[in-house]
Amino acid sequence: MDEPIRVLVAKPGLDGHDRGAKVVAAALRDAGMEVIYGGLHQTPDAIVQMAVQEDVDVVGLSILSGAHMTLFPKVKELLDAAGAENVLLTGGGIISPDDMAGLEKLGVGKLFGPGSRLADLVDYIRAEVGQRRTAAGSA
Amino acid sequence: MRTVDPSSGGKTAPRSAKFVTWQEAFGAAKQREAPFETVSCEPVPPLVTQDDVADLDAENEIGLPGQFPFTRGPYASMYRTRLWTMRQFAGFGTAADTNARYKYLLERGQDGLSVAFDLPTLMGYDADHEHSLGEVGRCGVAISSLQDMETLFDGIPLGEVTTSMTINSPAAIIWAMYLVTAQKQGWKLDQLGGTTQNDILKEYIAQKEYIFPPEPSMRLVVDTMEYAAKHVPRWHPVSISGYHIREAGSTAVQELAFTLADGFAYVEACLERGMDVDAFAPRLSHFFNSHVDFFEEIAKFRAARRIYAKRMRDKYGAKKERSMTLRFHTQTAGCSLTAQQPYNNLVRTAWEALAGVLGGTQSLHTNSMDETYALPTENAVKLALRTQQLIAYESGVANTIDPLAGSWFVEDLTNKMERGAEEIFAQIDEMGGVVAAIEKGWFQREIARSAYQFQREVEAGRQVIVGVNKFVEEGEDDTIELLEISMDKENEQVERVKKLRAERSAPKVEEALARIRKDAEGGVNLMPAFMQASEAYATLGEMTDVLRDVFGTYRETPTF
Repeated sequence: MDEPIRVLVAKPGLDGHDRGAKVVAAALRDAGMEVIYGGLHQTPDAIVQMAVQEDVDVVGLSILSGAHMTLFPKVKELLDAAGAENVLLTGGGIISPDDMAGLEKLGVGKLFGPGSRLADLVDYIRAEVGQRRTAAGSA
Repeated sequence: MRTVDPSSGGKTAPRSAKFVTWQEAFGAAKQREAPFETVSCEPVPPLVTQDDVADLDAENEIGLPGQFPFTRGPYASMYRTRLWTMRQFAGFGTAADTNARYKYLLERGQDGLSVAFDLPTLMGYDADHEHSLGEVGRCGVAISSLQDMETLFDGIPLGEVTTSMTINSPAAIIWAMYLVTAQKQGWKLDQLGGTTQNDILKEYIAQKEYIFPPEPSMRLVVDTMEYAAKHVPRWHPVSISGYHIREAGSTAVQELAFTLADGFAYVEACLERGMDVDAFAPRLSHFFNSHVDFFEEIAKFRAARRIYAKRMRDKYGAKKERSMTLRFHTQTAGCSLTAQQPYNNLVRTAWEALAGVLGGTQSLHTNSMDETYALPTENAVKLALRTQQLIAYESGVANTIDPLAGSWFVEDLTNKMERGAEEIFAQIDEMGGVVAAIEKGWFQREIARSAYQFQREVEAGRQVIVGVNKFVEEGEDDTIELLEISMDKENEQVERVKKLRAERSAPKVEEALARIRKDAEGGVNLMPAFMQASEAYATLGEMTDVLRDVFGTYRETPTF
């Protein structure tokens, strides 16, 4: 658990609303994580390629356009196909509780809506990555 | 002893004995544990007195409504003649779905239409493009061609309603489709009223839905302004927008200054093309956010009118009064709404709307309480509209023009807003103007910094958000009904576009697209070419692709 946690923060699809992604990126950086911000208008393919190249522990997607039920599953599928099934896929945006539950069933992690606390996000990522690293180490 | 915030007016003149007594009493009193600052993290004085605004030249700086510098309002009679236009922004799914929502709103007393487009439309892609996957009809209505535009306004007489369209990069093309739709309904161009947002500069600054680089984008904006001035005189071709700048995280004064600076950049671009300022400026309109800090927002609106009037007259040589009056649309702050305890959003929206009205807005959109989860349900939209009607018909605030004028606090805050904006204009000028500052990433960094500062204050509990960091309810949040948009809508729209391509006249489309290329390369006003292509049922994506080819595309360097 000594290695800093590496996170890719990305905006998939056509949505340009980047306030949340940037605030989260800055908060994770200030919490001691290594943050790569992928920028706007990325395709799921490009995001997964970046995640693999950068060897990240976490991919965080920010989606405010309503396309989350297409884009989260697509990124998850491509991560698994690239052998990166151990990478935590999380994120946030304008997402209904029903959709959050549906995505969780597909293996997507916890999703954070408006009004989420940055501290909760940091704690969640630390706990999840800690577990995954321990599991990978003992395997 | 605590001292009174000296920033309240910058006055150092001797104070009266009574004031000194108050100051001592105030200093001796226990104060609540609170930062006493606005939502923009600006300190707020406990008291403002006449002395703090002693320098204010009330006759020339505040004046009267409908008179320079229009601090009190753009019109002499304001809401005594006509209330603001109640205009709810709406769009989702297919054109037929949204057409039904418009009819629902018009039947319930809404005055004007406001179109929300989906992201593929905003980015100039047809529904069947690979980048549109999962986005079709989700955050607005999908419009891929004239056919969709005709369905969108089916049964709605376009010469009798005014329509606002939130479209930017491909605004000229979408406007051309609208104009052709109206012509096919039997209206003449000079009978049509409405607004295209068409403010590309704020896209680079805040909302990030750009396609082309700034220079050709500016040319498209000027093409629409020129066309409107000549052929569609009741249209507002540009709505200079601070809303998105504020939503992206700016402070109130940044919103004010960045927005006005963008507007002046369009004015300068039109002057460079040789247009007369009084030929286009009367049709410019603005669009501001109304956030939770009640007085800060009212001061922002009043300062906006004053700054604009002075610059338009003194710097750009406007002669007509209408060229100097800033008229604006207001939307309550989406970013102030919370997922927690969503019913609280109804209350926030009500006083944000009230601030817009007390600030003298010309039209208003009130957000719905469920929008932190999804696009609003019919019921939530109805409550949002009713909020405006309650303010208009029950509160009494629309009976007296600019009722807060002369409040020492409000006038002092209005002055501070003006001074703050002037300081920011000087910084932008030093960088070489708005486009240069965008290319340096300056606006983007300033906004990101303000957004992060605010969030840290929320985390620290210095900025209180009820339900989020105070009066939090553990466990289940209130459950509310949410709108669901079927995933089938995307397939429906994709099939519709494919069918259109198969059925229309291919040679006519080819000819029209070739004309767009020729006019884009030749520097000719593109509006007639877009209208010809719309009539031939060329799609939005096909027309935008020609422009992508001629103009190139824009990418920003990702930073946070």
